[in-house]
Amino acid sequence: MAVELAVIFFSMILVDNYVLVQFLGICPFLGVSKRLDSAVGMSLAVTFVMVLATAATWPIQMFLLTPESGAWDMGYLQTIVFILIIAVLVQLLESILKKYIPALYKSLGVYLPLITTNCTILGVTVLNIDNGYNFLESIVCAAGAGIGYLVAMVLFSGVRRRVEEAMPPKCFKDLPITLVAAAMVSLSFMGFGGIVENIFGV
Amino acid sequence: MSSNNKLKVFTNGILNENPVLVLVLGTCPTLATSTMASNGIGMGLAATFVLVCSNIVISALRKVIPNQVRIPCYITVIAGFVSVVQMLVEAFVPALDEALGVYLPLIVVNCIILGRAEMFASKNGIVDSALDGLGMGIGFMLTLTIMGTIREILGSGTWMSGLDGLFPFLPEGFAIQVLPESIDPFTIMTSAPGGFFIFGVMMAAATWLTTRPKKEKASAPAETAEGGNA
Repeated sequence: MAVELAVIFFSMILVDNYVLVQFLGICPFLGVSKRLDSAVGMSLAVTFVMVLATAATWPIQMFLLTPESGAWDMGYLQTIVFILIIAVLVQLLESILKKYIPALYKSLGVYLPLITTNCTILGVTVLNIDNGYNFLESIVCAAGAGIGYLVAMVLFSGVRRRVEEAMPPKCFKDLPITLVAAAMVSLSFMGFGGIVENIFGV
Repeated sequence: MSSNNKLKVFTNGILNENPVLVLVLGTCPTLATSTMASNGIGMGLAATFVLVCSNIVISALRKVIPNQVRIPCYITVIAGFVSVVQMLVEAFVPALDEALGVYLPLIVVNCIILGRAEMFASKNGIVDSALDGLGMGIGFMLTLTIMGTIREILGSGTWMSGLDGLFPFLPEGFAIQVLPESIDPFTIMTSAPGGFFIFGVMMAAATWLTTRPKKEKASAPAETAEGGNA
């Protein structure tokens, strides 16, 4: 059991990295990765909301939308229900943090409103259901996805500082050259394919 | 004059304000679904449908929705149309449903749609908003298709394979072989790094196209030299 969870966790970070391999959450990845501290803040906020959102949406999917007894099937409401839950959750989290943990709110608060429309959150909740994970696996998968996001953001903010100093052709300035740099980072992540299976011998 | 303006609203989305290459919205579905040209067309059609419908509804409701809760309202409207598309695609083009996977429900959080709702539909009339949605959608679809074409030809040597899943009148296993089979395709182009790379190159090309000096002005020697370099 522990090995299975570890496999899920590490493959989410290295092999199925959301940003660099699965193309989820590219907008904030390009937008916020300019500075290391904002990259870390954003990723921590994303990880936090991912785990919370998974913890909230998994039971709703399993007990309300598509109960195992098969009494009713409202699976077609998944998209609407999930996005509303995420929106409410983010709003709730924002007010709770503001009131009780102002220090954390100061560091994460600015990123919270952006998170509702971050596709990683909706993506991880839907993919957990699609993959048929149980509750514990879903939580571990969400945490792994968040940490993977953090790893990609931190690595890329380092690469990006170098890119900013470079002098690309005029039309490549800013985003195009950043995307080409992202291609290189993503290339290096391709090297991790199969590593998790080999380490844990699955 | 008025019809001229309407045309401008429509064509704006295709190059000058191309949602992907100029406004840089909706990058995730762009990268993820442009592995094949046919996937790009499918994704583009689905997003265009949602964009036009949500723009119409949001524009019609723009005086009813209170300003403070507009974002949740927009998201609910968009999520409704995305669910409609999801059900239609699942029922009529299951091959596309399989190819797009999780990116189909993720149209909800596609920033193009929310962005146009916020920037355009909430301020303009129904007809203009519909045209804006259509223009943006077509711009999105064209970009995806072009990018898909480049990636598919380089990455697997074929073009438009899988189009038979989208249009059932085509023969099964439809594909146009562009590169001869004796050439090994660069499979990396269809995987993640190739996506980032082609996207970067296309964005640079769009920047060059939209910002290069116009021909009339090119008589000034300094500008010609600069344009040549860029």
